[in-house]
Amino acid sequence: MGIENLILGFHIAITPFNLFMAVVGILLGTIIGVLPGLGGANGVAILLPVTFTMPPTSAIILLTSIYWGALFGGAITSILFNIPGEPWSVATTFDGYPMARQGQGGAALTAAFTSSFVGAFFSIVFITFFAPLLAQIALRFGPPEIFAIQFLTFSSFVGLGGGNPLKSLVSILIGFILATVGLDIVTGQLRLTFGITELMRGFDFIIAVIGLFGIGEILLSVEEGLSFQGTRTGMNLRVVLDTWKILPRYWRTFVRSSFIGFWMGFKPGGATPASFMSYAFAKRFSKNADRFGKGELEGVVAPETAAHAAGVAAMLPMITLGIPGSPTAAVMLGGLIIWGLQPGPLLFKENPDFVWGLIASMYTGNIIGVLMVLAFVPLFAAILRIPFAILTPLIVVVCAIGSYAVHNSMLDIWYMLIFGVVGYVFKKLDYPLAPLVLALVLGDMAENALRQSLIMSQGSLAIFFNRPIAGVITAVAVFFFILPIITPWWRKLKGGSAPTVQTSHN
Amino acid sequence: MRAAELVTASVLIFLGGIVLFDAVRIGVGWSPDGPRSGFFPFWLALIMVIVCGVILVQAALDHRGKSFVSREQLNSVLKVLWPATAAVALMHFVGLYVASALYMGFYMRWVGRHSWVAVVAIALGIPIGSFLVFEKWFLVPMPKGPLEQWLGY
Repeated sequence: MGIENLILGFHIAITPFNLFMAVVGILLGTIIGVLPGLGGANGVAILLPVTFTMPPTSAIILLTSIYWGALFGGAITSILFNIPGEPWSVATTFDGYPMARQGQGGAALTAAFTSSFVGAFFSIVFITFFAPLLAQIALRFGPPEIFAIQFLTFSSFVGLGGGNPLKSLVSILIGFILATVGLDIVTGQLRLTFGITELMRGFDFIIAVIGLFGIGEILLSVEEGLSFQGTRTGMNLRVVLDTWKILPRYWRTFVRSSFIGFWMGFKPGGATPASFMSYAFAKRFSKNADRFGKGELEGVVAPETAAHAAGVAAMLPMITLGIPGSPTAAVMLGGLIIWGLQPGPLLFKENPDFVWGLIASMYTGNIIGVLMVLAFVPLFAAILRIPFAILTPLIVVVCAIGSYAVHNSMLDIWYMLIFGVVGYVFKKLDYPLAPLVLALVLGDMAENALRQSLIMSQGSLAIFFNRPIAGVITAVAVFFFILPIITPWWRKLKGGSAPTVQTSHN
Repeated sequence: MRAAELVTASVLIFLGGIVLFDAVRIGVGWSPDGPRSGFFPFWLALIMVIVCGVILVQAALDHRGKSFVSREQLNSVLKVLWPATAAVALMHFVGLYVASALYMGFYMRWVGRHSWVAVVAIALGIPIGSFLVFEKWFLVPMPKGPLEQWLGY
């Protein structure tokens, strides 16, 4: 069944309009990825209103292409300016920037883009084969299984996220609470509105994303004092071809990093830890481990492959289970609902042209993407030379336009500013923002699943444990939740503390 | 850092309290057809209040004196924040495009000290560009004021 479907998908993905959408998306996405303060999630959120009138398949192609572009864009700033545009590009700066300083910027960029492409490709092939299988299994899920999966999603933030697990938990709870504001569709009761009509609509996650990530990020970057010390790109065809000749040497790193990326990536918040983990593994297995951090090509290959593989893998749970693996995927999931599609396993049955068009467009989008970024790196790098006093108000205006467009409401622009300040404070205090956004998106779905499960069991929580699939998933989730508690004991038991890589998921 | 942690956790506990209050008001138990509306928010808020309490204690015991924000840093943050707030307030009266033009022009001149030519070019060019893209191309309406009305939109 797989191949015909994929061919059907390609027929949809390579229509001129959809190819054009992919090109526009990659272009915008790369710009968004390069700009400080705008990342994949809020770039997609800002452009979501523009897609309301498009056919859903073209709309998702535009949005996913923005995402691929943002993934590519992050590497440009990391290597040339030592500024990770996205958290998962941090590991790329370790060797990328030193290489650029030594005049090997072109080689580092070529390696980064090529690795991104390889990682993405690996994940897409996996998705092509696993997505239909996973959707088949998920079709038999009832409310307890759906709630158990959501529980697992959030437990992995607490257990594997790094940072203070209590703060991850608080972020999740805030997101869920914000999601309950407004009309309760099951009972028709108003919740947490306190008689204020404007609160009836509730909080839209798009506004939250734009505020928390867009405005919040701007405030953070002005605080740090923006000063871009860029190096020259040094990019031409000769450098690209020369680098491509060396790269096959690192095939082991490619394979290992792709696996790490895919494995970490389809769980939420995975791209950042995946990039660090892959870097650490590459260093451990490399013959020139001492060259790492001083400008070793393999140190660029490993994190980029893993980050991009993880970024693509985040789409797998979104299209099969209706659960996004990253904030960007969460925004796209919101888009699916707005376009009138029901996210989840039924998508494969009811909208095969959408799903397979999307999967095929992942191939085309990433091929177009790698060619575009290779060709236009100097252009994208020039964006960072735009003076800060123009960039800052421009990003604020773009965020305001995006917020207003969602519901044509001025109040949303105020919410955006408030979310911006909250995002700034939370980021400084290490309250992770990604789980908050995911909880806000999934809130209604999680609550409904919980309600239906409890109705099925007449109020007993045992239903999450005594059904076989739900039981296993819940058990794993509970394990993740208590992981932060048992880890210190385990360390003490083993004696001595192993160094841990501190990562923040965003 | 400590003060900011304490304030944030306290605010969250306070907000959690409001949620608890509202949840109890609409009912947290069972009705004949399943959990009442307050059931889910009640448990969320209860756990949040408890967890924030723990964070509060953690923060109170942590005496590493790293400051949350320096005076200079706060200054540069406010320099972005208040003109942005003013611009949003202005949008109520003159619409998004005019407010953006004034905001961008002001910010470029005041913070960036760009030449008047650059200020006028960018501050007019960006809003006009976005007007064409959103109103004309994508047909996404933005808040408009007297100027747009006068021009016939």
